[in-house]
Amino acid sequence: MAKIIVLTSGKGGVGKTTSAAAIAAGLALRGKRTVVIDFDVGLRNLDLVMGCERRVVFDFINVINGDAKLNQALIKDKRNDNLYIFPTSQTRDKEALRRDGVERVLEELKDNFDYIVCDSPAGIETGAITALYFADSAVIVTNPEVSSVRDSDRIIGILASKSRRAENNLEPVEVHLLLTRYSLERVKKGEMLSVADVKEILSIPLLGVIPESESVLRASNTGTPVVFNKDNPAGRAYLDAVARLVGEQREMRLAQPERRSIFRTLFGRA
Amino acid sequence: MRRLLDFLFPERRNSAGIAKDRLKIVLAHERTSRDAPDFLPALQKDLLDVVSRYIEIRDDMLRVNVGKAGDTSLLEINVEIAGAQPKPVKNGAAAHPKPPPAPRFEPEPAAPWVKPG
Ligand SMILES: Nc1ncnc2c1ncn2[C@@H]1O[C@H](COP(=O)(O)OP(=O)(O)OP(=O)(O)O)[C@@H](O)[C@H]1O
Ligand SMILES: [Mg+2]
Repeated sequence: MAKIIVLTSGKGGVGKTTSAAAIAAGLALRGKRTVVIDFDVGLRNLDLVMGCERRVVFDFINVINGDAKLNQALIKDKRNDNLYIFPTSQTRDKEALRRDGVERVLEELKDNFDYIVCDSPAGIETGAITALYFADSAVIVTNPEVSSVRDSDRIIGILASKSRRAENNLEPVEVHLLLTRYSLERVKKGEMLSVADVKEILSIPLLGVIPESESVLRASNTGTPVVFNKDNPAGRAYLDAVARLVGEQREMRLAQPERRSIFRTLFGRA
Repeated sequence: MRRLLDFLFPERRNSAGIAKDRLKIVLAHERTSRDAPDFLPALQKDLLDVVSRYIEIRDDMLRVNVGKAGDTSLLEINVEIAGAQPKPVKNGAAAHPKPPPAPRFEPEPAAPWVKPG
């Protein structure tokens, strides 16, 4: 029976899709059968970040409306057999993801996977609520910056009151803080909220700290989740976070500021 | 000392520290209003009607909050009466022939979740 994990944030552009791709890929690398679902109806970016944009035939809405079978819409990752991508549709009708339809699809997926990773749209409207509603666990993607922290707090409140678990008085949704785009250098200069600051303000357990890193942009350019690329600071941090997500103890190591290596400067690549 | 320096030279303080303080204050406020039961505005209005029968107060002088002190949930009602006028009684005589006695106790400091008026 799969565990449903939602990546959510309130604020847009903080790294939800990047993190959903990396965490799903990281779980698959650990041998967990994982599907990553795009809930960002209308925008659809997960397919690009995962590098399967040209293989999308059917999508989430087609399956909900009964126009396609689940196995026709799921895209099997070419790099890892445990990983599947479930793309969303580009329809402009945001209400197309009806809650009962989503529930039916999730129920079917639950039997076939260990983890269902949901990439939420930004905001606190219907789309974001649909994405978090069925979650067992939530990763609150947060940048060390005032508006992102405030929006994370809102989303934590919504998880505690509007999720399926909250509405049915079940065990509350597990929440985890994932701090992304972190710059140790700027924290040291007092220009950026530190890990300790954000932890203290939101008071939820810390899953990981992902450094601001060029490797993220490079990975998305090529459609590769960062954890599939060898030895890069963001990928390492995501793998640590995934280890913690499955219950391993890992020391929190903060990536040191990136220096352009001579090699990279000369040849323009990693 | 640090505080004094921060006060004298605000720009000296690092911006992350300022961000943290601002977030703490705004979130403390947003969290209580988020958890507030739906009936609070109606309760506030009814209380205001009742109190207004005895003294003239402005809407913003009565505040209703739900908060926590340790494990207990509290419904806190604050009525500010400094500057409020006693209502004249029907037959024209003042409600209070003499000015009301000065309070014999210091008012309790406001609970932390009550925003300063
Ligand atoms: N650790 C990082 N270092 C550098 N850039 C990053 C990092 N994480 C994310 N980014 C960049 O930030 C941008 C937004 O990331 P992403 O699309 O994952 O955010 P999102 O939260 O899914 O956005 P939206 O709310 O629009 O769905 C992208 O350009 C991405 O490459
Ligand atoms: Mg996204």
